Amino acid sequence: MNPTTRTWLLSDAPQTRRQARLGALYQGWLTFRANKLAMLGLVILLALLGIAAFAPWLAPQNPLAQDLAGRLKPPSAAHWLGTDALGRDILSRLIYGSRVTLFIVGTVALIAPVIGLFIGTVAGFAGGWVDQVLMRITDIFLAFPKLILALAFVAALGPGIGNAVLALAITSWPPYARLARAETLSIRNADYIAAARLQGAGRLRLLIGHIWPLCISSLIVRVALDMAGIILSAAGLGFLGLGAQPPMPEWGAMISDGRTYILDFWWVAAMPGMAIFIVSLAFNLLGDGLRDVLDPKGAKE
Amino acid sequence: MSPLLSLRNLRVSFPTRSGTFDAVRGVSFDLGRERLGVVGESGSGKSMTGRAILGLVRPPGRVSADRMELDGESILNLPERRMRQLRGARISMVMQDPKFSLNPVMTIGRQITEGYRLHSGQSAAAARQKALDMLEAVQIRDPERVFNAYPHEISGGMGQRVMIAMMLAPDPEILIADEPTSALDVSVRNEVLNIMDKLVRDRGMGLIFISHDLNLVGQFCDRVLIMYAGRVVEELPARELHNARHPYTRGLLDSLPRLDRPVGRLAVLQRQDSWRDAEITTPLPEGL
Amino acid sequence: MLTVRDLDVWFGHPPDRVDAVSAASFSVASGESFGLVGESGSGKSTILRAITGLIGTWSGTITVDGQPVTGQHRSKAFHKTVQMVFQDPYASLHPRHSVDRVLSETLHLQGMDQIDRRITALLDSVGLGRGFRFRYPHQLSGGQRQRVAIARALAAEPRLLLLDEPTSALDVSVQAEILNLLSDLRRERGLTYVMVSHDLAVVAHMCDRLAVMRAGRVIEEMPASALRAGTAVSDYARALIAASASYQPA
Repeated sequence: MNPTTRTWLLSDAPQTRRQARLGALYQGWLTFRANKLAMLGLVILLALLGIAAFAPWLAPQNPLAQDLAGRLKPPSAAHWLGTDALGRDILSRLIYGSRVTLFIVGTVALIAPVIGLFIGTVAGFAGGWVDQVLMRITDIFLAFPKLILALAFVAALGPGIGNAVLALAITSWPPYARLARAETLSIRNADYIAAARLQGAGRLRLLIGHIWPLCISSLIVRVALDMAGIILSAAGLGFLGLGAQPPMPEWGAMISDGRTYILDFWWVAAMPGMAIFIVSLAFNLLGDGLRDVLDPKGAKE
Repeated sequence: MSPLLSLRNLRVSFPTRSGTFDAVRGVSFDLGRERLGVVGESGSGKSMTGRAILGLVRPPGRVSADRMELDGESILNLPERRMRQLRGARISMVMQDPKFSLNPVMTIGRQITEGYRLHSGQSAAAARQKALDMLEAVQIRDPERVFNAYPHEISGGMGQRVMIAMMLAPDPEILIADEPTSALDVSVRNEVLNIMDKLVRDRGMGLIFISHDLNLVGQFCDRVLIMYAGRVVEELPARELHNARHPYTRGLLDSLPRLDRPVGRLAVLQRQDSWRDAEITTPLPEGL
Repeated sequence: MLTVRDLDVWFGHPPDRVDAVSAASFSVASGESFGLVGESGSGKSTILRAITGLIGTWSGTITVDGQPVTGQHRSKAFHKTVQMVFQDPYASLHPRHSVDRVLSETLHLQGMDQIDRRITALLDSVGLGRGFRFRYPHQLSGGQRQRVAIARALAAEPRLLLLDEPTSALDVSVQAEILNLLSDLRRERGLTYVMVSHDLAVVAHMCDRLAVMRAGRVIEEMPASALRAGTAVSDYARALIAASASYQPA
C-alpha cells in the first residue's frame, strides 16, 4: 500500500465520516494481521470458500460416481485420497462436501447468535419478569445436552440436512443469550447509556443503537470459536444417520461410512476426519484473532 | 551517607505500531531516608518510574538505566525470582485503590501474614502477632475484627490503611506510594498520610510519594521532583515549591483554583515543546 | 429554576433499604451557580440522578422551571431544559460512537433541524473545532472527551446544566481549561449550574452558593464567600474546609 493512503487511514484526525470508518477498519485489520495464527486460519477458510465455490472445476471426478471394481483403494495417483466402500473418489467427495459444511456453518452462524442476541439483550435490558421468563426458557434449553436435544428435534422433524441444521441452530442459541445478557447487564448502567436517556432516547433506540454494537463483537468472537463445535455436532448428526442422507457427501456421514473399515482401510474415515480437524482449527484460530480486534474491553485501551 | 536508592538515566520504552514510545526518558535521582515527592500529570511517566524500580514493567516494555542500585547493589532487570524476593521485603508499593489491590476472597489477616511469612520465614503465630501489631500501628481500633474481615467489609480509608500495614509488615527499606490517597476523602486522606509519615519516620525508611497533587506533595514531602513527558523538569525542596521556577511547575500551580485567592479566570497552561528536552533548571546533588 | 423539597432517595427494599438522601431541600435561582459538596457517600451525586430520573426511588418534590417532575419518567420538555455532564469522560461516551454520531443522534432526538451546521457550531463552542468531528473516543484525550460530553449536553440548548464532578477525573491543567469553558458558556448562554464536587476550591471558584452534605443530609447552606472566609456555621463544614485547605502533619 502506498504510504499516503496508509497515513490517511491511520490519521488520528479523520476529516470525513468515510475516512473515520475506513480508518477504524484498517486499524482492526492491522491488529488482526499481527496475529500470524489467525491469518493462517483466515487463509484456510478463504481456501475453503474457494474450494466450495469452484467444486465442479476442482473435483477430479464425480463425487457420486460409483466404481465397485475400484472400491476401498488406498491413496494413489488416480485417487489422491483413495476411494470409499462404493469406489467413489474421496477427494472429490471432500471437495463437494465443503459446500455442505459451509451451508451448515453459515446457516447456524446466522440463526443462533441472532436469536441469542435478541433474547439476551432484551432480558438484560428490560430486567424484572421479562428477564426471569426469558432466562428460565434459556435454562430449560441449557439443561439438555445439545446433541440429545438436536437428536430429539431431528427425530420429530424427520432426518435430512435442512432439519439437522435447524435443530443445531435451535439448540445452540442459549449460550449466546447468556453472553449477550451478561454484556448488557454490564453496559446497561454505563454513563453513556444514562446520557442517551437524558436526551430522550427510547428503549428500542438504546437497545439497537447502543447496546447491540457492543454485544455483537463479543458474539462474533464466540461464534467463530464455537464453529468447530457446530461442525462436529453436524458431523455427529450425520454420523448417526440423522443429518445428511446418502449419497450426499457430508463429512460426518463419510466418517460414519468409513468406521466399518477403520482398521484395514483407515483412509476412508481418516480423510474426512482430517478435513473436519483442519476447518475446526481454522475457525478457532480465526476466533482468537477476532477477539484481539473486536473485544470491547481491548478496544477501550 | 550513601543513598538507599540511586537511579541514573532510567528509561522505559514500549514498542508501538508507529515506532517506540518512551514513557520515561532519562530520570536520575537519589533517595535517602526522606520523603521524596514525584509529581506530574497523567502520562508524565511518574507511575512508570515507580513500576520500573519494582521491576513491574511488563514486556514488551523495556527498562534500561546507567545505574539502578539499592544500597549499592544493582537491581536493574533482575530475574523475576530475585525481584520477587526484593519486592515486599525491601521495597514495597502502595497502590491507588485498595479495592483493586486486596484479594476479595481472602481475609485481611491472611493477606498480611502470607506476605510477611513468605519474606521472613516466621511461624504462623509470630506472623499473626506481627499482623495485629501492624494493624494497630496504622491506627485500626479493632485489629482482631479487621484481621478476620474480608476486604468488602471495610471502608476505603480502612482498606488503604490495611494496604499500608501489609506493605510495611516486612520492614522494607523503601516504600513507593502511587497516589495512595487519591481515592480517599480529605478527612481520611489526612489520617492515612499521618500514619504513613509516622511509620516512615520511625523506621527510617525512604518514601517515594507519587502524586498529581502539587499542594499535597508540597506539604507532605521533603523534596519534590516535577516530571513532564517522561523527564524530571525541576527538582526542589518541598517548602520551596511555591517559588518554583520552571514554567511548567508554575503553570500547574497557577491553574489550581484556590480558596484563599479568588480569580475570575483560571490560568491555563501553555505547553512548550522545549520543555520536553530542556535541561533541568535546578542542579542535582553532586555525582550527577 | 430548580426547587428540591424534602427529597428522600433510597436504594433496595426493606430490610436492606439504604437511604442515600434524607430530607434534602434547596433551591436554585435562574442564572445562579449552585454547588453541592460533601465526601463520597454523602448523596450529592444521587440528588442529580433523582432530578434527572435516572433513579426512580425517591419521594419529596422536585420542581424544574415551575413544573413538578415525578418518578422516573421525564417529558421531552424536561430534556430540553435540563442536561447533565458526568464525572468520568472515559465512561460517558459510547466507545463505538464517533463524535459525529454522538452529536447528530442527540440533535436528532431533540428534534433539531440543520444538524450539520449545528454540529460544527457545537464543536466550535466547546473549543474543539471541526477537525474532531469524526474521531472516536479512543482518539481523544480526557479533556477533549469532556468537551464532547459538554457539547452533547448543550445540543438541546438547555437552561439548567447539572455537573457531576465534571473535572475530578482530569489533570489540573485540563481542569482549568474545562472550568474556564464552563464559566464562559454560562456567561454567554445565561445557564444555571448545579455542580457536585468534593473539591471545595473548585466549588468556590465556580459557584455563587453551595450546600454542604453529609450522610444524605444537607448540613448547611452558605455563599461561596463564606467558604473562602472559613465562616461556616456547622462544625462538620468547618472541619471539612480545614481538612481540604491543607494537610497539617500531626
